[in-house]
Amino acid sequence: MAKADEAAAIITVEGLQDLLQAIRAGGYRAIGPTMQNQAIVYDDIESVDDLPLGWTDEQDRGRYRLARRDDDALFGYSVGPQSWKKFLHAPKLRLWTAERDGENASVTPEPSPTDRLAFIGVRACEIRAIEIQDRVLVSDMYVDPHYQALRERALIVAVNCGQAGGTCFCVSMHTGPRVQQGFDIALTELLDGTEHSFLVETGSDEGRALLAQVPHRLASGREVEAGEAVIEGAASSMGREMRSDDLNELLMSNLEHPRWDEVATRCLSCTNCTLVCPTCFCTSVEDVSDLSGERAERWRRWDSCFTMDFSYIHGGSVRASAKSRYRQWMTHKLATWIDQFGSSGCVGCGRCITWCPVGIDITEEVRAIRGCDTSAGDWP
Amino acid sequence: MPPTLKACAPLPYPMAPSMTRVTRFIRESAEVFTFDLAPERVTPFTPGQFNMLYAFGVGEIPISISGAADAPDRLTHTIRAVGPVSAALGRLKAGDQVGLRGPFGVGWPVEEAKGFDVLLIGGGIGLAPLRPAIYWLLRHRAAYGRVGVLYGARTPDDLIFVSELEEWRKTPDFQLRVAVERAGPDWTGDVGYVTPLLSKLRYDPADAIAMICGPEVMIRATALALEDAGIADSRIFVSMERNMKCAIGHCGHCQFGPLFICKDGPVHRYDRVRDLLAYREL
Repeated sequence: MAKADEAAAIITVEGLQDLLQAIRAGGYRAIGPTMQNQAIVYDDIESVDDLPLGWTDEQDRGRYRLARRDDDALFGYSVGPQSWKKFLHAPKLRLWTAERDGENASVTPEPSPTDRLAFIGVRACEIRAIEIQDRVLVSDMYVDPHYQALRERALIVAVNCGQAGGTCFCVSMHTGPRVQQGFDIALTELLDGTEHSFLVETGSDEGRALLAQVPHRLASGREVEAGEAVIEGAASSMGREMRSDDLNELLMSNLEHPRWDEVATRCLSCTNCTLVCPTCFCTSVEDVSDLSGERAERWRRWDSCFTMDFSYIHGGSVRASAKSRYRQWMTHKLATWIDQFGSSGCVGCGRCITWCPVGIDITEEVRAIRGCDTSAGDWP
Repeated sequence: MPPTLKACAPLPYPMAPSMTRVTRFIRESAEVFTFDLAPERVTPFTPGQFNMLYAFGVGEIPISISGAADAPDRLTHTIRAVGPVSAALGRLKAGDQVGLRGPFGVGWPVEEAKGFDVLLIGGGIGLAPLRPAIYWLLRHRAAYGRVGVLYGARTPDDLIFVSELEEWRKTPDFQLRVAVERAGPDWTGDVGYVTPLLSKLRYDPADAIAMICGPEVMIRATALALEDAGIADSRIFVSMERNMKCAIGHCGHCQFGPLFICKDGPVHRYDRVRDLLAYREL
């Protein structure tokens, strides 16, 4: 998958349906936005009818509501509580099974998955989040074979955002809203009075082959400009902003800043921010055995640096206070991630702000620390 | 030359243990035991590296290798029974099975230390990860300058490797001081922490490398004492402990600032961790 590399095309809503059909006929499990439990969540889709037609989301700190749009947009929302990591980096995964027969035990690793997943409606910040998880789980010293198997086969149909959510700050993190790379097909939804169509860019041979199966025509200059205007509209309406060029130095030179104590009085250590975060990759393992004691399994599950157990060693937890756990999460996300993996761990999707039950806003926390940088002598 | 990390190719499936058998079980003290494992093939390791050991149906924990790096047929681990997994491992006997994966991490700088005076300072179970380095130094004794070992434990009953301590005490050209925090009248050795004993060792601070393993509070105090004695912070090495679930940098549990203890350590050059060690609960 590469950058967009040829003139854009136009497909209709029916064309999008044809595209979905072509993807599914190609052996992919299509996953896209659906309305469930008053939220837009990623799940299996069969047709365009499964998409949240005419719905949007209103987001603010600790607040998420669906609302009707006054048009028939299919991708007229920003991002919901879930990210694609739910599919690539499973919340729960059996790693192996062990059987004991008398004196001899044997361990059988879980086979790697063979599913071919097609992600429909991936936003620019989410592509960047997937690339960030690639760096951790595939491009480091060791490879996670489960993640790699799914990731290598995954098809990405991206969507350029037409509006920013109330907690979005991808512009600050330089991850969006324009989809730049890492897609097979990128769509921009064009809603012009009575006309409803999609500007299509292709980023891979597979994307081009899929487009070839769908009725399409070359986009006009006016339509390309309309697509640019859609993305520009999203870029200029970010709900949040955060200066991000100096966060490693700023945070690591303020590890004893009083703001950590202050945020700890609000933080519930509920782990929501880490679970909704599209890049948080931490896991724990659980060993289970049957009643005979002859069969055991190891399961991996998402974990969070906000739990006491996370840092437990003999004698107690290394991070016993909420202050230290919030500090670990935020400094890792925005600062030490850069040392470890060469980029920030934050893509500016805003999920941690929206889904924090007490409305802690990472951009506000950074501003508070920047406002009185203790290393610069600002704090008494 | 000791094998480097690169010589230890990743396991085909890095999270699945292979089952090995306990060939020898030794009780060191009330809480501490040592066992040898006999895998089909011992993957070469550097002194200071660790393995993940699995007690069937109970769980898995990181344990430093405590045996010689050049033993071709066995892997030795010394473990303090403090949790469910370590206690389960402590109930094993010769012939029982243990799941093994590893070795992992960065070990002691035994190659870089050639030509230097070498100080090894262990506290409690922290002597176990240092023992492969001690074996290494004794085996390649001529390659190093003066060698000194300081070992501290809570009481005489908590000392591990007791018969070996006696051997090392009699070894020429090898300095050993053992201190306990509390002792009865029959203890004739030193009482207190290990740091004051530094002054009893003969070494040239300008030409010495130090390796420390023990509780974090002991590591901090000892590293400070070594700096005060004139050893450069870049020549002090410390082995650290954190919660670990994967040992391959994926689970996130062992993070220490920008470092992953499992793959950037457990042995770290002190100048790279000193500032981080100053923060509580990092």
